[in-house]
Amino acid sequence: MRTHARPSGIIDELREQIAKLEGGSARKAECLPFGVAEIDAKLPGGGLAFGALHEFAGGGAGTVDGSAAALMVAGIAARTKGKILWCLSRPDLFAPAISQAGLHPDRVIYVEADKEEDVLASFEEGLAFGGLGAVVGEIVRLPMVTSRRLQLAAEKSGTMGLALRRWRRQTEANDYGQPTASVTRWRISQLPSEDLPVGGVGRPRWLAELMRSRAGECAEFCVGACDGKGHLSLFPPMAYGQDQESRGRWHTAS
Amino acid sequence: MVVISRSGSKRTVCAADDAARKLGLRVGMPASKAQALVADLAMYDADPVGDLAALDKMALWMLRQYSPVVAMDGADGLVLDTEGADHLQGGEELMLSGMVNRLRGVGVTARAAVADTWGAAHAIARLTSAEWTVVPVAGTAKAVLGLPIVCLRLAPETINGLRVLGIDTVGQLSAMPRAPLTLRFGPEVGRRLDQLFGRVAEPIDPIRSLEIVGVSRPFSEPIGAAETIAKYVGRLVVQLCAELETRGLGVRRADLIVHRVDNTIQAVRAGLAKPVRDDKRLTRLLTDRIEKIDPGFGIEKLSLVAVWAEPLEEKQQSSSLIEETVVDVTPLVDVLGNRGQRIYRIAPVSSDVPERSFRRVGPMSKETGIDWPTNWPRPSRLFAKPEEIEVMNVLPDSPPRTMTWRGKRRRIVRGDGPERVFGEWWLRDAELHAVRDYYVVEDEGGERFWVYRAGDGVDTTTGSHRWFIHGIFG
Repeated sequence: MRTHARPSGIIDELREQIAKLEGGSARKAECLPFGVAEIDAKLPGGGLAFGALHEFAGGGAGTVDGSAAALMVAGIAARTKGKILWCLSRPDLFAPAISQAGLHPDRVIYVEADKEEDVLASFEEGLAFGGLGAVVGEIVRLPMVTSRRLQLAAEKSGTMGLALRRWRRQTEANDYGQPTASVTRWRISQLPSEDLPVGGVGRPRWLAELMRSRAGECAEFCVGACDGKGHLSLFPPMAYGQDQESRGRWHTAS
Repeated sequence: MVVISRSGSKRTVCAADDAARKLGLRVGMPASKAQALVADLAMYDADPVGDLAALDKMALWMLRQYSPVVAMDGADGLVLDTEGADHLQGGEELMLSGMVNRLRGVGVTARAAVADTWGAAHAIARLTSAEWTVVPVAGTAKAVLGLPIVCLRLAPETINGLRVLGIDTVGQLSAMPRAPLTLRFGPEVGRRLDQLFGRVAEPIDPIRSLEIVGVSRPFSEPIGAAETIAKYVGRLVVQLCAELETRGLGVRRADLIVHRVDNTIQAVRAGLAKPVRDDKRLTRLLTDRIEKIDPGFGIEKLSLVAVWAEPLEEKQQSSSLIEETVVDVTPLVDVLGNRGQRIYRIAPVSSDVPERSFRRVGPMSKETGIDWPTNWPRPSRLFAKPEEIEVMNVLPDSPPRTMTWRGKRRRIVRGDGPERVFGEWWLRDAELHAVRDYYVVEDEGGERFWVYRAGDGVDTTTGSHRWFIHGIFG
């Protein structure tokens, strides 16, 4: 299901050989495509891999509230099959919004813990259980060892792990540069919403930065937020200006 | 109303309600005298067998509800070992007051006390006027010294004999030299005193009824290692499941009771969301918390009891070729729930007020298929408490131009609204005229907020006209 053309088939062959040697991922990796050709083309396998850990965080103020990242995660979880386990310690998620991103309230089971360690323990337990569509964990710190545990649990069961990183303070968010065992790492920042011919707020738009992707390249996309089924849509790339004035203005790319 | 008991041909009052007590009737009074004092007295014959049966029923209910170790305490009381179980009810105070209130709800006037020892709790519950008492740890001596000696669970003849000697309170009795007392009344007095002060252990032998399925395993040589405990728990679970299978039951709540060589009891309780008879799952739940067991000098007996069992229906598995298999997530829910995590689903409530539009339901409650209306955008984060903001706006019906929140001033570029939410006067009188106008606003950076004004902007009876931020959109 590789949709993107490789410069040569040799690299693909080599990758397969390496995958065989690694053993753990001998099973053919399955992916959940975004349904947007440009994004899927950038991701190895043509989508977000099942049985892997993916990290999401907000940008700017979103590092603390993680509001856009939560919706992005909900949209991805909505497109999987089965129940979703959502582990959290700060219960400020507003369920109607999650439902508007396509995730029906009957499908989500919330696990609320007082301590960060308990959230991680529930996260890992959910991943190891197998049979869930996806497991979401709202976590602050994700050290290498912890992320490797989560990644291994996900690999074993084939469940997708979605780590939603949110920090207590915006300054703590530089922690997001630390390496972890996750397969992809995303940053979702809010952009001014779609222009409407009349006054009002249009479809929200996000800047989705693929900051890290194992065996893939980094990329950034300007997307329209999840619709009622959890699907994103691509907008033409943003025209960045050097000055702050033009940042945040919307130009149709020529 | 009084209750009359018979012994031979003698009829005496053995219980009287508040109204009867106000009229001067006392327990122990001859029935004929009571009748003479009050003309139209309602008299009932005592039914000791029925009382005992009712107490037994209550004990079984307590066993399910409060603690794995419950026993009868005389003919008129129950004793519970609530150590390690009170936090589930919100602490000792809340547990006791809740217990008394729930019993009052079914027409039982109860008194309750928590103390370090069975003897002290027995005495304080019966002889203090408060409905419930919590004696602080190591405060037993202070609490019981002033109490009369009737609370000591001694035979009536012994009590009378002590009274003749001029001993009325526990304090006086404990100050007496022990040897002459034992010579005169036997070892019972000293033993009860020691039990009261916790110098001698007094294990509670938990009640069991015929319906309760339980298995136990004594050890000739005390065990202590975690692996050994796990091994025997596994065997007990297999036995228990076989027992349950013959009765067609599944476990909802299982207690592992650990008897240590020093005559103390510990319990591990595992709850399940649905009746289960799967030995692997049960073993996992019980061994998950094996580190909570303190084996001390060794464990001489393990018993496993299905305190709460429900009929379990066998279901035919649908073929995976035809239908998609639906994965049952109850095992996961049980594991997480027994670790003390709050686990729930969020279900819609038909209310326009955002903070009332959802409620938590059990994770395995019935799937309703109901969803929230999707015609209005909703923020992904909702503040538990709306935060006040300062705004500048021109017209009462337009979104604000600027807002200052947490010290940061933002210029609003786009806005949508108002979405008017009316107060729910059927819930609270104060909400009769209350109105909130919600706006979606977006600042220059593209951050979107859910703000509202308390009131409609014109009429001050509808609200204070102050502005609040209630959520953040994604």
